[in-house]
Amino acid sequence: MKADAFSLPAESGCAAPPEREVLRERGQREVFCGLTGIVWLHRKMQDAFFLVIGSRTCAHLLQSAAGVMIFAEPRFATAIIEERDLAGMADCHEELDRVVDRLIARRPEIRQLFLVGSCPSEVIKLDLGKAAERLGAKHAGQVRILNYSGSGIETTFTEGEDACLASLVPVMPASAPDTAPQLLLVGSLPDIVEDQFLRLFAQLGIENVGVLPARTADGLPAVGPNTRVLLAQPFLGETAQALEARGAQRIDAPFPFGAEGTTAWLKAAAQAFGIDEMHANSVIAPGRERAKRALEHHREKLAGKRISFLPDSQLEVPLARFLATELGMEPVEVGTPYLNRKLVARDLEQLPESTRISEGQDVDRQLDRVRADRPDLTVCGLGLANPLEAEGLSTKWAIELVFSPIHGFEQAGDLAELFARPLRRRDVLQV
Amino acid sequence: MQLSVWTYEGPPHVGAMRVATAMRGVHYLLHAPQGDTYADLLFTMIERRGCRPPVTYTTFQARDLGKDTADLFQRAARDAYARFDPQVMLVGSSCTAELIQDDPAGMAEAMRLPCPVVPLELPSYSRKENWGAGETFYQIVRHLADRDVRPAPHEGRRPLANILGPAALGFRHRDDVREVRGILATLGIEVNCVAPLGGWPADVARVGAADFNIVLYPEIGDSAARWLEREFKQPRTKTIPIGVGATREFITEVAALAGVDPTPALQDGESRMPWWSRSVDSTYLTGKRVFVFGDATHAVAAARVAHEELGFEVVGLGCYNREFARDVRDAAKLYGVEPLITDDHLEVEDAIAAAAPELVLGTQMERHIAKRQGVPCAVISAPVHVQDFPARHSPQMGFEGANVLFDTWVHPLIMGLEEHLLTMFREDFEFSDDAGASHLAAHSPSRHAERVSASSAPRAPAIQEEDWPPEQVRGDDEDTLWTAEAEAELKKIPFFVRGKARRNTESFAAEQGRAAIDLETLYDAKAHYAR
Repeated sequence: MKADAFSLPAESGCAAPPEREVLRERGQREVFCGLTGIVWLHRKMQDAFFLVIGSRTCAHLLQSAAGVMIFAEPRFATAIIEERDLAGMADCHEELDRVVDRLIARRPEIRQLFLVGSCPSEVIKLDLGKAAERLGAKHAGQVRILNYSGSGIETTFTEGEDACLASLVPVMPASAPDTAPQLLLVGSLPDIVEDQFLRLFAQLGIENVGVLPARTADGLPAVGPNTRVLLAQPFLGETAQALEARGAQRIDAPFPFGAEGTTAWLKAAAQAFGIDEMHANSVIAPGRERAKRALEHHREKLAGKRISFLPDSQLEVPLARFLATELGMEPVEVGTPYLNRKLVARDLEQLPESTRISEGQDVDRQLDRVRADRPDLTVCGLGLANPLEAEGLSTKWAIELVFSPIHGFEQAGDLAELFARPLRRRDVLQV
Repeated sequence: MQLSVWTYEGPPHVGAMRVATAMRGVHYLLHAPQGDTYADLLFTMIERRGCRPPVTYTTFQARDLGKDTADLFQRAARDAYARFDPQVMLVGSSCTAELIQDDPAGMAEAMRLPCPVVPLELPSYSRKENWGAGETFYQIVRHLADRDVRPAPHEGRRPLANILGPAALGFRHRDDVREVRGILATLGIEVNCVAPLGGWPADVARVGAADFNIVLYPEIGDSAARWLEREFKQPRTKTIPIGVGATREFITEVAALAGVDPTPALQDGESRMPWWSRSVDSTYLTGKRVFVFGDATHAVAAARVAHEELGFEVVGLGCYNREFARDVRDAAKLYGVEPLITDDHLEVEDAIAAAAPELVLGTQMERHIAKRQGVPCAVISAPVHVQDFPARHSPQMGFEGANVLFDTWVHPLIMGLEEHLLTMFREDFEFSDDAGASHLAAHSPSRHAERVSASSAPRAPAIQEEDWPPEQVRGDDEDTLWTAEAEAELKKIPFFVRGKARRNTESFAAEQGRAAIDLETLYDAKAHYAR
């Protein structure tokens, strides 16, 4: 229907196979906005507070996406813009100062505060950069105040994390030019997974490792020309660019899902640090074998099954790669809100030719395709899952793939289980 | 700006969605950015609906703003009409679209869509969900009600009533409608139209055929019913049939409006609640301190049931929707409590802590507050949770609704004999405070276990429940007034009355001007407050 206005980022294609055809669509989207990332980011960064400057809708989104149920006083809140704030901009800034002062007084343990822009704050052009600067100066020494936008008019779901991490890059200390090469692991992972990876890097002999985001404000790693960036998540394009602008170099790798993805990811890091291949293989082998054994349990259930991904988190291409090459599934359509060809190149090239790749969304048309394709499993958002189930199509909630530990060797079996469970349940139920 | 962590109500367009989703043959075109589609999951996940809400979001992005968002709107309108073939189209803006001032109403009108269009003006920066639902339903009725349709002559037909107010995502609306339909059937009254829930636009068009209106949820149905009263001269009911007494009054009110004999409906053999409440086992319910909070309608009704039908003492009463605050203020006077009108859950939490109730009747918010304070709780009102949509029939209204209230409110409490056992054998490990009520193991694990599970909670998938982090759990108030001996004695009092004992003793000591609280004071206070 609508010829799309997307222009692809310029490609510096290095002897890549001919570019894959991508179906680009523009219409109604059925995805969360970038604010949703706060739900996991506030758990990851233990002394950070996320203050959304937005509407009642933003507050309602956050509690609905989180489930109404995280009912402590969480480290996020919404400063709800009201009618009188819309009267004049000066007023809005004063109001924001008042809210932030109150917040900091109430939560003295907070060391970093993110002012998070929303659709309404973007549309009224509330300058949160200026506000962060002003408030940062006021609370200097106690709280680092940064800002980014998680608005739906600019960010889709996981792009919120990308924007948040990118806002941290300018305040990362500069590493001295003569320091030993440093590995920077980028992307928020559950602590248990992050610790597994850190142990593997240590065993490989990579000693200088930083993690972004750090768990606390004072743990923010340094960055410089000796930094090698290893992305743990495929949706961190802006962050990667900001790090590259500070001299860091990205390690090209597939993403660490399953036995093969994790192996290739670790090996790419080892190679970038000149680790002896034999040694790398010996470090990687035990985890890889365990992962393969764990996947074997699920292979029987999943092999030959057809799967479609609706656009959600940008994890779709790497996950489809994992399911196709390690479990023998057949990806029918892999939809992604945004296809960053550079970052997912190593995964994209492994997808079968027959797989339809789509970018953007026109949800009604996409559902028409799902109904025509009738895959065995459809990965989709919470708004679509029950309606598709009611039509007799098995589904997997995409959001669980963002909230659960799924990276690395030790989680490979759990990741496969997430896809196998809906199918097993379908077979088991006799009602 | 208002600093908000959790909200009782969503924005007004979510209220409009609750009406659109409840009805049939209606489609809602919402001018909104990407991300506002989150609201779909409220219906598909919390209410477990098997189809998507009938809503099309125009999904504008930042790059559209400089260009033509109006064009985007019109294309979306045309596509939605072609695909969904609605009998009525609602058009409106979410909070962001309200700021860009595209005028969806004007644009839709200019398009001359081949179906009636109801424009919605829902000010997002000053109004909330319930208001949005009420306004949307009112606009639908105003636009669709056929003014030529009036009640037929009474001779040779049964009385005819409309049921107004039930909507999607409502607290037990589905089951309440069934109960009320049952009452009407017993009275020989026919139902002309139920709306929004399950109503077609054609049903709304014929709303004028009924003799009167039954308003079940004033938050949603009142504006429309008042308008119908003015324009169509249709009287409306004012009693909300929650509880035995209110149900009896409702039956009498409806019978009077219909000109029929109320007796058949009043003699409902299935009404067990009065006997359950009078039976000796319920003696222990007498004077239980209960804190009530919810939407105004449910809160006022719950307070009455608690006071009149269960013999509880209402120690707190409030609502989050200011539009109906007057009803709560009036009711609060009856029980001699200060009405709490607020949508700030922290204020509610403080009020609950101060009132030291033995039972909280509230929303999902209060359920969490109560859990945190170690007080039993039953849910009586939206905002709702997936558990508030049970598979079984579980109404709040009518005599069966009253039976349900008895069960669900009494169930979380420690049962009569068990209360005594706890007092007698409190050193026994199986009866220790931390064990909680024996029949509620699944609901209230020992508070110690809860803390442990909270600290090891992983990232939370949506809709799953998560406990609060341990540092949020409040300890008892530290108070230097208490002597060590009195403090130790206080600990021997079972946990479910300890808060009350502490509070009573402290206010007694303050009243008497005693400097310290020793054993004497503790027992003097006990005698003073003996009931």
